[in-house]
Amino acid sequence: MTKTSPSSYDEMLNADGSVRSAYAGYCQWYDEQPPDLLRRKGSEAEAFFRRTGITFNVYGNEDAEERLIPFDMVPRIITAQQWRKLQRGIEQRVRALNAFLHDLYHRQEIVRSGRLPARLLKNNEAFLPEMVGFTPPGGVYTHIVGIDLVRTGEDDFMVLEDNARTPSGVSYMLENRETMMAMFPELFTRVRVREVSDYPRRLARSLAACAPSAFGGNKPVVAVLTPGIYNSAYFEHAFLADQMGAELVEGSDLRVENGRIAMRTTRGYLPIDVLYRRVDDEFLDPLTFNASSVLGVSGIMDVYRAGGITIANAPGTGICDDKAIYSFMPEIVEFYTGEKPILQNVPTWRCAEPDALAYVLDNLSDLVVKEVHGSGGYGMLIGPTSSKKELAAFEVKLRARPENYIAQPTLSLSTVPILTKAGLAPRHVDLRPFVLVSPNGIDITPGGLTRVALKKGSLVVNSSQGGGTKDSWVLDD
Amino acid sequence: MLGRSANGIFWLFRYLERAENISRLIEAGFRMALTRDAADASDEWRSLIVTLGLQPGFEARHGREYTGPHVFNYILRDRDNPGSVLMMTEMARTNARMVRAGITREVWESVNDGWMRLRDALARPVTETRLGDVLDLVRRQSTQVRGAMEGTMLRNEIYNFARLGSFIERADNTARILDVKYYVLLPSVSYVGSSLDNVQWENVLRSVAGERAYRWLNAGRMDPRGIAEFLILDGRFPRSLAFCYSKLRSNLASLAREYGGEMHCHEILRDADCQFHHVTIDAIFEQGLHEFIGKFIRNNTALALQIQRDYRFID
Repeated sequence: MTKTSPSSYDEMLNADGSVRSAYAGYCQWYDEQPPDLLRRKGSEAEAFFRRTGITFNVYGNEDAEERLIPFDMVPRIITAQQWRKLQRGIEQRVRALNAFLHDLYHRQEIVRSGRLPARLLKNNEAFLPEMVGFTPPGGVYTHIVGIDLVRTGEDDFMVLEDNARTPSGVSYMLENRETMMAMFPELFTRVRVREVSDYPRRLARSLAACAPSAFGGNKPVVAVLTPGIYNSAYFEHAFLADQMGAELVEGSDLRVENGRIAMRTTRGYLPIDVLYRRVDDEFLDPLTFNASSVLGVSGIMDVYRAGGITIANAPGTGICDDKAIYSFMPEIVEFYTGEKPILQNVPTWRCAEPDALAYVLDNLSDLVVKEVHGSGGYGMLIGPTSSKKELAAFEVKLRARPENYIAQPTLSLSTVPILTKAGLAPRHVDLRPFVLVSPNGIDITPGGLTRVALKKGSLVVNSSQGGGTKDSWVLDD
Repeated sequence: MLGRSANGIFWLFRYLERAENISRLIEAGFRMALTRDAADASDEWRSLIVTLGLQPGFEARHGREYTGPHVFNYILRDRDNPGSVLMMTEMARTNARMVRAGITREVWESVNDGWMRLRDALARPVTETRLGDVLDLVRRQSTQVRGAMEGTMLRNEIYNFARLGSFIERADNTARILDVKYYVLLPSVSYVGSSLDNVQWENVLRSVAGERAYRWLNAGRMDPRGIAEFLILDGRFPRSLAFCYSKLRSNLASLAREYGGEMHCHEILRDADCQFHHVTIDAIFEQGLHEFIGKFIRNNTALALQIQRDYRFID
């Protein structure tokens, strides 16, 4: 059916070309389909996405005001057994993240105990002094988390990144499934796949469970705060608000009234209990943070600290997205849960440490180097695919500010086939499961968003840099 | 619902309605121009620009030469003309995106689909050969959105604001056509009932897609007073002023019920509504058709502004 690339783990095929058990049902179905069916369906899917307006704006790309994220029709399949282990690992990690955040903004026991260097917090913009001593409603910091996982072998899943700030992409997870079900309904009668479509309902329930102390009604008012229609993830903001039955608000709709944040409705100003904000900390409150921001609400931080509103995720959670903090996650998990981490980190060199820096400089052409505050695949170096000139230029930056970087080995990410003109061909993938946290517990939607590098051999799966997505299946037992 | 969303949905439907009306106006103008000599045709195109209030912009662009392709390309696809069909369709889509959570998937998709088709159709200059197809596309978009709306939207405040936008706009458009063409309908010193008059009258009807309905109701007899009556007072014709106001009345009444009370705009509506009650077309002609229409347009604008204020469309 397809050839695997020799060095990476292929999720569909064994090294001898036989089909792995996860894909047995799918491959049987696939072999029965007429040869051009999938390709025909591919153009159908594209027309469907354009019509429904599932688009993605790319910053700094004027021509492509609204670009589609390519969707590949071959599903990414995970067995029930593999998922159970992932689920336990993710739950443990997210529990640790919330305990860590609470500690960071209170007694900082982890720093006192010497497990985390204090320098990681000093001058770190993601650490918000405004949050010190304050506990968010229900004790929840990260209401929504995306944990980026990569796989290198049968049982080897590793965490590549924690997204505790404002993880995006969940609308693609949902729409990809809808699309697959619309295009191949009979496939779903043959292979039992766990449902993802109730994510918005679970999100609404989870957010409602975190109402602030000022809430006095019988049903908390939830609103989604978007930067507006020109934001790259606007489609997702509108989609989630729509699916949750929540209002989609912009900063200009909001103001402080009687110690609450209220939105201008056709009946007057109405207080909001829980604000699912898709606006970064920095733009949330021009009085507290970026004074030039028009995306947020003046005074929201005061209202928040007085218990007038719940902000999800809590301000200051972005510290967990810091890649230097990430490198301490094994210690963090152990410190707060008293357990060994179930999910491993990717081995990471902290360039702030002289020995590590020396190693990284010696092996630059084999490593991936990332900025500790960077995201979206920007500002990183992929050693093996960089020219001598690029390596030299990066070395200068690295020597100038070593504490700004971490380095990781170039992982041989697992592959899943995509549909190409020449048939199925393996491409590298990652996985972002979505996790909801509320006082009632941690809720993980089976599967998540699979991102796939569409270029042969490429390891960059970011949609802003030519990556695509796949429907992700967790098989039912 | 959010005031901003109410504003978005109101204008979404105003833009769609206006685009549809413009396409009818162009079609009528084009037909008229085809049957006239060059000078008269140019007058016809000029009156179209005047009806739409686009004279300064057009003349800055093309001077005083009103040729068909200049006029309909300016109205349909000029990006410097904020009132062009292309720009309005874009604004309609932008508004639909903004209120995405307040409309059904079907409504959003028909707006989005219509925008994609129109954008492609209007990517290059429109020729006289292609004009019919393009106009058809514009109307089709509006019809499709209306259908999706009718079939899938809850009958709640969102629906009411959408309908208010549609009928405020439609009333305005019909009134503006009457305002520019009223002299055609006045008793003329020339021989009344000449073939030219007939063509002119039919053209007024055609501009609001009313020629067949009028002929059907009047057994083919054209008379200017009857046409004015039909466009102003006939509650059966969906583009008459009276019809639009009966719809504004019922939608504002629904809002009053839903909100548990009337607002200032309800008062304005009641005053404006009087224009159509116990009024005959003879009384309107006596008062002066032009004055009547001018006052109507002013009141209609005031009503729209008051709705926006009462329901907090803007801060």
